[in-house]
Amino acid sequence: MANLIGTWIAAFLTLCIFSFLYKDNPFYRFAEHVFVGASVAYLLIQTWYFTIQPKLVQPLVREGFAQNYLLLVPTILGIMILTRWFPNLRQISWIPISFTVGVGVGLAVTGSIQGILIPQLKATIVPINSWNNAIMIIGAVTTISYFYFSREHKGLLGGSTRVGRIFIMIFFGATFGYTIMARVSLLIGRIHFLLHSWLHFI
Amino acid sequence: MNINRRIIYLLVAVVVTVPLIIKIAMPVRVSPPVQLAYDKLDELKPGSVVLLSTDYEAGTMPELYPMTIAILKHLFSRDIKVLLMSMYALGVPIGTMALDEVAAEYDKKYGEDYAILGFKPGLNVVIVAMGSEIRDAFPTDYAGTPLEDLPVMKGVDNYDDIPILIDLCSGSTLDSWVMFAQARFGQRIIAGCTAVMATSFYPYLNAGQIEGLIGGLKGAAEYEKLIESPAVATSGMPAQSFMHILILVLIIIGNISFFIERRRKRRS
Repeated sequence: MANLIGTWIAAFLTLCIFSFLYKDNPFYRFAEHVFVGASVAYLLIQTWYFTIQPKLVQPLVREGFAQNYLLLVPTILGIMILTRWFPNLRQISWIPISFTVGVGVGLAVTGSIQGILIPQLKATIVPINSWNNAIMIIGAVTTISYFYFSREHKGLLGGSTRVGRIFIMIFFGATFGYTIMARVSLLIGRIHFLLHSWLHFI
Repeated sequence: MNINRRIIYLLVAVVVTVPLIIKIAMPVRVSPPVQLAYDKLDELKPGSVVLLSTDYEAGTMPELYPMTIAILKHLFSRDIKVLLMSMYALGVPIGTMALDEVAAEYDKKYGEDYAILGFKPGLNVVIVAMGSEIRDAFPTDYAGTPLEDLPVMKGVDNYDDIPILIDLCSGSTLDSWVMFAQARFGQRIIAGCTAVMATSFYPYLNAGQIEGLIGGLKGAAEYEKLIESPAVATSGMPAQSFMHILILVLIIIGNISFFIERRRKRRS
């Protein structure tokens, strides 16, 4: 029974969203707001039950304050972020935000160099013993040259950047094709749901 | 040339709906990246524990859910154990739904054959923490049971005990998995992603940072073919193909009308 009700609600909300294709209307806006509200409520509950309670409340209250007093540091930082709501106290929120940005940037920089830049460089330094390798090297070199802005794109550099632009266009084309495929897949998924799970037509 | 956009919407709806109703059969050719993903999972020994991260939400379910089902069917048919987690809050119930569906089909038991670790915010920090001890990031499972009490977690402490991680993602979570789990801890990764993201992830495959790539509904259909269990993704392929033809026709019509219009303007 619960499944049936769920299917009907999902079908109704799907049709509400589809109605936007005709024009903006209250049904569409209702479905949009329900989605945003439900997602935020779900995230809130998840964060409370699976992060704040087991990682903060339980250690402090049940396991003992003396052993876990260091948890007060992230708690205070967390509360400080909430001061953004009050114009007079807003500056306080910069402290935890700087802390978060600092940690995030630190992790991202080391991660990017170790995890992306160097492995990708290694993968590009290959012997030119096949057409694939040759195309890859030409593509990498000419595309990088396209983003070299310290000299005017003339002569040899100009030729290289023109080739680079072709590679970039090919990438955009492939991405556009994949994007269409993705969007159509989403539509197929919804129509399949309506015809199969809701109407039992297929 | 001005076509009312609603006519195009109507055409799109017809082109997608009709092939789904009349069920046209179309061949699905398996591409090398999907074959690689299948082969790597197929090589795993029965009893191995893989980590499945369903990093997507309802908006991309039509593409990634069929993929999740196909991969789970493959894993459970080979008696491989699964730990489910997500970097997105809504990824957990979606993954749980898929697990419940496939586990029932293969008679798998919660706690012994699979477990749901849940959602944890923090992405990079969580990935790094799991490198030293999974229990640091997930002390309990989704239902609040300590991981120690789950037989499936016996001997599973960190990435060293997980032969392959599968990230099914709709965003950039794969970048983080590659940056930290793969580069720092040497974790082998197989990725499944939305078609939009696929072009961004091919360099990882080329560099050997991921060992297989399943892209979009097409990738899911290919995987369904490999496990010989055609389902939703396979049935969506004819609609996909007809839709692509329609888009090509519309692009050609748009270009022809553009050139005709330009010639008219020049003459006048």
